[in-house]
Amino acid sequence: MREQLREVLAPFKGERGAVIPILQKAQDELGYLPEEAIKEIARFLRTSESELYGIATFYAQFRFTSPGEHALKVCLGTACHVRGGARILDTVERELEVEPGETTSDYKFSLERVACFGCCALAPVIVVDKTVYSKMTPSKVTQVLDSYR
Amino acid sequence: MTFAEIRERAVAEWEVMERSGKPRILVGAATCGRSAGALDVLQTINAELAKRNLDATVIQVGCIGLCYIEPIVEIAKPDRPRIFYSGVNADIAVQLIEDYLVNDNPRPDLALGALGEGSLDGVPQLFDLPMLQPQVRVTLRNCGFIDPEDTNHYVVRGGYSGLARALQMTPEQVIEEMKKSGLRGRGGAGFPTGTKWEFCHRAVGTPKYLICNADEGDPGAFMDRSVLEGDPHAVLEGMLIAAYAIGASEGYIYCRAEYPLALERLDIALRQMKELGLLGDNILGSDFSFHIKVKEGAGAFVCGEETALMASIEGKRGMPRPRPPFPAQSGLWGKPTNINNVETLANVSAILERGGDWYAGYGTEKSKGTKTFALAGKVTRTGLIEVPMGIPLRQIIYDIGGGIVGDKAFKAVQTGGPSGGCLATDLLDISVDYESLTAAGSIMGSGGMIVLDEESCVVDVARYFLDFTQKESCGKCVPCRVGTKQMLDILTRITRGQGQPGDMDLLLSLGQTVNQGSLCALGGTAPNPVLTTIRYFRHEYEAHINQKRCPALVCLDLITFYILPDKCQACMICQRSCPVDAIKGGKKLIHVIDQSKCVKCATCYEVCPERFSAIVKVSGETIEVPEEPIPLGAEE
Ligand SMILES: Cc1cc2nc3c(=O)[nH]c(=O)nc-3n(C[C@H](O)[C@H](O)[C@H](O)COP(=O)(O)O)c2cc1C
Ligand code: FES
Repeated sequence: MREQLREVLAPFKGERGAVIPILQKAQDELGYLPEEAIKEIARFLRTSESELYGIATFYAQFRFTSPGEHALKVCLGTACHVRGGARILDTVERELEVEPGETTSDYKFSLERVACFGCCALAPVIVVDKTVYSKMTPSKVTQVLDSYR
Repeated sequence: MTFAEIRERAVAEWEVMERSGKPRILVGAATCGRSAGALDVLQTINAELAKRNLDATVIQVGCIGLCYIEPIVEIAKPDRPRIFYSGVNADIAVQLIEDYLVNDNPRPDLALGALGEGSLDGVPQLFDLPMLQPQVRVTLRNCGFIDPEDTNHYVVRGGYSGLARALQMTPEQVIEEMKKSGLRGRGGAGFPTGTKWEFCHRAVGTPKYLICNADEGDPGAFMDRSVLEGDPHAVLEGMLIAAYAIGASEGYIYCRAEYPLALERLDIALRQMKELGLLGDNILGSDFSFHIKVKEGAGAFVCGEETALMASIEGKRGMPRPRPPFPAQSGLWGKPTNINNVETLANVSAILERGGDWYAGYGTEKSKGTKTFALAGKVTRTGLIEVPMGIPLRQIIYDIGGGIVGDKAFKAVQTGGPSGGCLATDLLDISVDYESLTAAGSIMGSGGMIVLDEESCVVDVARYFLDFTQKESCGKCVPCRVGTKQMLDILTRITRGQGQPGDMDLLLSLGQTVNQGSLCALGGTAPNPVLTTIRYFRHEYEAHINQKRCPALVCLDLITFYILPDKCQACMICQRSCPVDAIKGGKKLIHVIDQSKCVKCATCYEVCPERFSAIVKVSGETIEVPEEPIPLGAEE
């Protein structure tokens, strides 16, 4: 991991306000921000780990646990909400037995809720990795999930 | 290169393409098109062309805004109008190549509209379509018509001539031109752009910064994303003009990380600008120098607020701070800074190209020009639209949007997202401009417009937005952190049937406190969805609180599903599809829902064959049904 991080960090040497881009790049590289990474980044930026956690936990994008094999995102934007997005999330939560922000115990899926993918015309939608599934119903959710299991 | 050289080259390359006589196929492949399958279509087209050894230029374009019938494909052949096809899938794409490209039959039956010289029997002009006819496209002038990855396309359609013109003027003259246009910030607050630039122009301190706010946080809006994906240069040219006017040398684009395609397009556009001398030192041979960096947001709604956004660029927690000092005096790294929204900047480039007077020719006295809206919800034609300010709300919903889906009754339209409000039927005739919307208790906002029908519950919608703002509150000030939480708790209680008399008054008074006491506009506007729904839909709150009834049959805790024994034919379809096995019954046994297990997912309600329609959804009433399954026919 050290090696990987060194490569991530090198281009940011001396740049002002680089904390967030560094965290983003590190997460891109490692999939999440493990403790050792935070330690390493804190050393690089000559700041404390708590300072870094303070920043990282403020932003929804950063994860501190390892993500699952598939990123499952349920849209709860306004259009999806009025077309039944909450019902879809309920179904996913029930099927996978996780809540948004969590990963299933078999590391198959990580569940996230997001606000508007910009395909409101197809609401409600869920996205698995990069595939958009549109006009979802609870029974379609089960089918989609099964296709990844 | 000088601008004349850039333009000459672009025009020459364009003409070569035109004269080649090669057909052009344009596929709308912005995010919305992609989710409807545009990339599949694109792949099929390329494969089919290769297979048949056909020579055609295939281009990915942005979104023309007809999101409800994506993917859209345009085919342009020499001496023919350009023809647009909607709802194209792989099969139709192959068909079109065979019929139109090979056999010259443009398939009017599949066509949506035609554009340009000539006409085609049975195919309307594209801009005569009801959804497009009332629109005036300034921000979206190129979206869907040009290759966003080819600067030449932008330049041929007048791009960068606004910048060239600005560079011939003094910064003061550019600011004057902006004032003449009457443009007001499209990011939400509606502050006059020219005046804002003037503050920053006059401020002392170097360097000065210009920031493009592309954080687009409203959870039902995607105008900025579409512009960045479909016409990034329009925004970038606007940035250059703004920077020149205020004297900024450094620029940032703060774009949500959730917009990967927009980020990619920006990256490409910036690279091309550098190559052409449109970015960097001595732009177009002048003494004006400007550099742009892209910063990705990290998922915090409050970072759309200007002071929070600057904190985030500086690498801190994105928390707002009190103003004054305003960014124009002390902004990013303590230097004079000007922040403008994506759409504002896309208008700037058009205004400098065509003049402030031209722009001011659209709109009302105080709200000039045009505004984009992301039209969604229970409306037939959803999509991205741009209309002149002052257009009646009714025209947007009925003429452009085609009315309510499935002929249900209109209930309300929500504008301004989490900071806005719900407007009821009797406000359908108001004019869409800053003043009228504010007077009605809502706001213009950045342009989310969600239509609600009789099956949407306004209390639920108010709760939804408050849930959003409460989660996104940064927690710095008490009224917002605690107040939104309290309001949310009350609303949640109401939607669960535990509302108490006095809850509405409590919401109103809390709302006022949060509105007046919050540090930034996140808290300041957070009560709006609640306040407007109480104002226009008091009776719905009363039904929830007093009768424990949700008239729209939305709030889960207040609705019950029943299987009507006289209608159930014991077909077992619902029983099999129930995800929680809450339906008892069997062959020739009338089904019964076990209410203690039912999660109200409505699956049974949806799968029950229409000819039986045995399942009902009710609120505030109980229907007598057997407790255990009884034999079919025993009912009569
Ligand atoms: C909570 C909050 C979120 C905001 N989000 C955005 C946003 O996503 N995009 C935007 O352009 N402006 C947003 N604004 C408004 C900005 O603070 C600022 O007014 C705007 O970017 C100025 O640009 P304009 O004058 O061109 O409108 C937000 C404001 C608040 C209070
Ligand atoms: S609200 Fe879900 S895609 Fe827009």
